[in-house]
Amino acid sequence: MPSLDNMMLRQIIMDHYENPRNHELVNDNEYQTINMDSETCIDNIDVQAKIKNGKIEDIRFDGEACAICTASTSIMTELLIGKTIDEAREIIKNYNNMIYEKDYDPDVLEEAIAFMNTHKQANRIKCATLGWMGITKLIDESEKK
Amino acid sequence: MIDVKKIREDFPMLNGKTMHGKTLIYLDNGATTLKPQKVIDSVCDYLTNYSGNAHRGDYDLSHEVDSKYEHVRDIVANFINCKKEEVVYTYGSSDSLNLVAFGYGMTHLHEGDEVLLTLAEHASNTLPWFEVAKETGCIIKYIDLEDQGKVTLDNVKKAITDQTKIISIAQITNVLGQIAPIKEICEYAHQKGIIVVVDGAQSVPHMPIDVQNLDLDFLAFSAHKLCGPTGVGVLYGKYELLEEMRPTRFGGDSNARYKSNGIVKLKNAPTKFETGTANIEGVIGMGAAIEYIQSIGMQNIHEYEQELRRYAINKMKELDNIELYNPDASGPIAFNIKGVFSQDAASLFNTYGIAVRAGQHCAKILGEYLNVSQTLRVSFYFYNTYQEIDAFIDVCKRGDDFLDAFFG
Repeated sequence: MPSLDNMMLRQIIMDHYENPRNHELVNDNEYQTINMDSETCIDNIDVQAKIKNGKIEDIRFDGEACAICTASTSIMTELLIGKTIDEAREIIKNYNNMIYEKDYDPDVLEEAIAFMNTHKQANRIKCATLGWMGITKLIDESEKK
Repeated sequence: MIDVKKIREDFPMLNGKTMHGKTLIYLDNGATTLKPQKVIDSVCDYLTNYSGNAHRGDYDLSHEVDSKYEHVRDIVANFINCKKEEVVYTYGSSDSLNLVAFGYGMTHLHEGDEVLLTLAEHASNTLPWFEVAKETGCIIKYIDLEDQGKVTLDNVKKAITDQTKIISIAQITNVLGQIAPIKEICEYAHQKGIIVVVDGAQSVPHMPIDVQNLDLDFLAFSAHKLCGPTGVGVLYGKYELLEEMRPTRFGGDSNARYKSNGIVKLKNAPTKFETGTANIEGVIGMGAAIEYIQSIGMQNIHEYEQELRRYAINKMKELDNIELYNPDASGPIAFNIKGVFSQDAASLFNTYGIAVRAGQHCAKILGEYLNVSQTLRVSFYFYNTYQEIDAFIDVCKRGDDFLDAFFG
């Protein structure tokens, strides 16, 4: 049987899978868009971000994706909207550290700690990081400009 | 009947291998198959005891390699009932199909000629023809599929026009698993002068194949899907067609002599296609694998796998949460757990040590026919058991708990 903690984490994932947040793309020139198409599985999502003056004002996503990819991306959008680029990079760093079993600060990850077990299913790492890789690329691009 | 318990003793992977802490239940035989000890030993024997090059050198060791390497051509010829010089060693089914498309299609097709495929074909029997179409101006058309992906002679007849030059289809497709009526198709196609290319990757390992009886023109298959090593396979072609076919790679071993002015005399088929040092241990292992499955008997293998499939289908039909796409086929079973993304479901099976495939299975235009972009797939081989299917069915019932996989 799953432990009580695990039950909570499952509920977080199911909630974001069934009701993904910020889950509609917008047609707006102020947004940058990137397609994240997993080469190893079927996950195929578009991630959009509106980044202005070093701050992430909005993130959107849509596409065809599994529960892990959908929920992890949905949680990512909630966590990073309204953050400065520096704050966002810190959260992303902690998330990746958690996924790859390094030291991380669970407090900054909030609901994203639902993915703390991803390393136990190595084949799902790609799913749990696809949206996060997308926003990282969008932030990198915004800084090049 | 086959003695599955005894057969399983031959496979190291079926004796102690675990996945996610559970005894491995391997149901992804459409992707690749497990290897019996005899095949492993044959490869190790080459690497350990006679690892020289083939077709080189005038010493005993080279002769020893040659005779064992060439003997595998006899084994293959006996297996599919052809002449040994009609057996071209390749790097697998994909390589074989590429060789036909670029070596034969590219040199024989002209603008406006038509090549017939189906929407259920593997990428390896689709993308090479797309490339040939770009170069030659030939046109790719599709044979309509009947219910559950079935290919019928009637639909082949409907698709054929005066421009049709090549039909290239799988004998058993890799997702929907229907057996195409190859013999009847060849008979009809040959009356119209059409060449029939058969992708045998999913059929040759699972049923008796007699290329002369079927009268097909080309047949591609891989060793690793019939208990052999990866990176090796066969292209069978009628000898007169192999003579007309142009090699796609040039270099060592395939030429007889050449001069600085560019005049090259190639060796005869099949050697003219086998440039460069071959995957010798692969070929040796392929020979051992074919002898192994022949010792069990191809008809026995076919019948047992059909029984396993029927058993699984009947149990799956009892479950309300299972969507079946090809209950009446004979190869892999394509299905979904209702409401569960296939990748999530595959992870759940993984948690129970069961290997099943999720996604598009290298047949990415199949979604245009099925109206579902991705499925789960289980595919059996003669070493699978009813007990393994029972364990698989138990996990099917737990579909709603798919996130267990994530917290297991």
